[in-house]
Amino acid sequence: MNTQGKVFKYPDNVDTDVIIPARYLNSSDAKELAQHCMEDIDADFVNKVKAGDVMVAGWNFGCGSSREHAPLVIKTCETGCVIAKSFARIFYRNAINIGLPILECPEAAEEISAGDEVSVDFTTGVITDITTGKTYKAQPFPEFIQNIIEKGGLLKSLKEKE
Amino acid sequence: MGMTMTQKILAAHAGLDSVTAGQLISAKLDIVLGNDITTPVAINEFNKAGFDKVFDKDKVAIVLDHFVPNKDIKAATQSKQCRDFACSHCVSHFYDVGKMGVEHALLPEQGVVTAGDCIIGADSHTCTYGALGAFSTGVGSTDMAAGMATGTAWFKVPSAIKFNLTGKLPKNCGGKDVILTIIGMIGVDGALYKSMEFVGDGVKNLTMDDRLCICNMAIEAGAKNGIFPVDDVTMAYLTGRSEREPVIYAADPDAEYEKTIDIDLSAITPTVSCPHLPENTHPAAELTDIKIDQVVIGSCTNGRMEDMENAYKVLKGNKVADGVRCIIIPATMQIMKECIERGYVTAFMEAGAVVSTPTCGPCLGGYMGILAAGERCVATTNRNFVGRMGHVDSEVYLASPQTAASSALTGHITVPKEV
Repeated sequence: MNTQGKVFKYPDNVDTDVIIPARYLNSSDAKELAQHCMEDIDADFVNKVKAGDVMVAGWNFGCGSSREHAPLVIKTCETGCVIAKSFARIFYRNAINIGLPILECPEAAEEISAGDEVSVDFTTGVITDITTGKTYKAQPFPEFIQNIIEKGGLLKSLKEKE
Repeated sequence: MGMTMTQKILAAHAGLDSVTAGQLISAKLDIVLGNDITTPVAINEFNKAGFDKVFDKDKVAIVLDHFVPNKDIKAATQSKQCRDFACSHCVSHFYDVGKMGVEHALLPEQGVVTAGDCIIGADSHTCTYGALGAFSTGVGSTDMAAGMATGTAWFKVPSAIKFNLTGKLPKNCGGKDVILTIIGMIGVDGALYKSMEFVGDGVKNLTMDDRLCICNMAIEAGAKNGIFPVDDVTMAYLTGRSEREPVIYAADPDAEYEKTIDIDLSAITPTVSCPHLPENTHPAAELTDIKIDQVVIGSCTNGRMEDMENAYKVLKGNKVADGVRCIIIPATMQIMKECIERGYVTAFMEAGAVVSTPTCGPCLGGYMGILAAGERCVATTNRNFVGRMGHVDSEVYLASPQTAASSALTGHITVPKEV
């Protein structure tokens, strides 16, 4: 599993209210919601993002509400992966549960610039900034979590156990 | 090695003698909660995975509170989906209009959650119930779906920060000023993945509504949960209220904490969190130049009876300043009824405020008090992110009910009097 694309760069403490504003949460239709992904901090994101592109952000990405709609809209926009210095815990859990690839790597998140071409290998955790030629290694997931991801999300992994 | 209070509750629910920080466990759940925004996503996942029944109809709670009474057709459709699911699965703790309240005020009030419980809720402020001596944390809709199906959830056992509370709060301060002060000290990720355990001699001087408010905003410091020890105040609250027998856990004397932070309650001052992060706190006294357009008093943070009483003490016999809209939302039907019986609603209306039936509405920019570009609101809610209460160019200042009500009277941020 891997992804390659252009980088959209965001600051520290990106909250779930700017990822998907609550004013749209009278719907749970992922495609409809995804039209508003990042709207309040980057209104152009949905027009520019292409399949496989990568979000790179600072500390505490996805803080705030528990709304699973947040990782869901990022995934529905076909974002290949989110790299951050750290993730808020509910967002982290939700991303794993719904199968949005996320990687914690403070060094990569600090150095990679907006617009860079980046490739990510999820098996090894290696992040390559093709523009600068620099590579980084993200923290691997614990085996327990790796298993949920491999099974395609939490509910599929539970169903298999039954 | 000893365990923290949180670790003890988790160990018991995982059927283990002991657990240590970082350990991955599967724990049995006493309550699985969802609301009208998160439950529809959970229902879709539950059905898609092919589950056909909930693990225990008495241990699932569904509260319609965010956009009800329904704000529009789409919200009505989501409420209907929750209602149909609750009905077909005979969910006993289903709260619809007429019975509902803001979930984190409602479940403790109705005795649905109690000391010693292990609870997940598809709402980030589920951490509120730590005030009762429970382990309680917010999760997403897929975790809610898995919890409804299996009655269990996976957790990474958290480490903890100990907050040693001493002294007694000044009369113009409440739990809100304590938690805003703490978030200002440690930051919005200061307790990321961790427990916030509140202990010390000062605990006995905090009311249950103070404690519920403090634990409610633990998530705003990134915490997994906030928790208070069970004492006489807790037992007085739970007695005659809890549906299930409370179970009391206490931290081991040799429990390990990442750090201890001392908080002298007597040194707390009225505190306001400025846009656009809860950690951006300042003493209210330094912000008196800031003019406001709206005040909201309510929410899962500060919509309880004591909050209403504090607002009443300030607003009674006075007038809301010209140009300020003051919106008061008692968090549950029981609180609303008591506000009517005590004459608060009349006093609020005579002061020029409006009073709504329970809803989360304005807190998350849903409805019932949305801000236009350039407008400012002092709110007793919990988040002041960009666009949280409306337009991306509007501003939310978080404060206690005393500070919010005092500001409503003057039209600018105002330090409440010590009444």
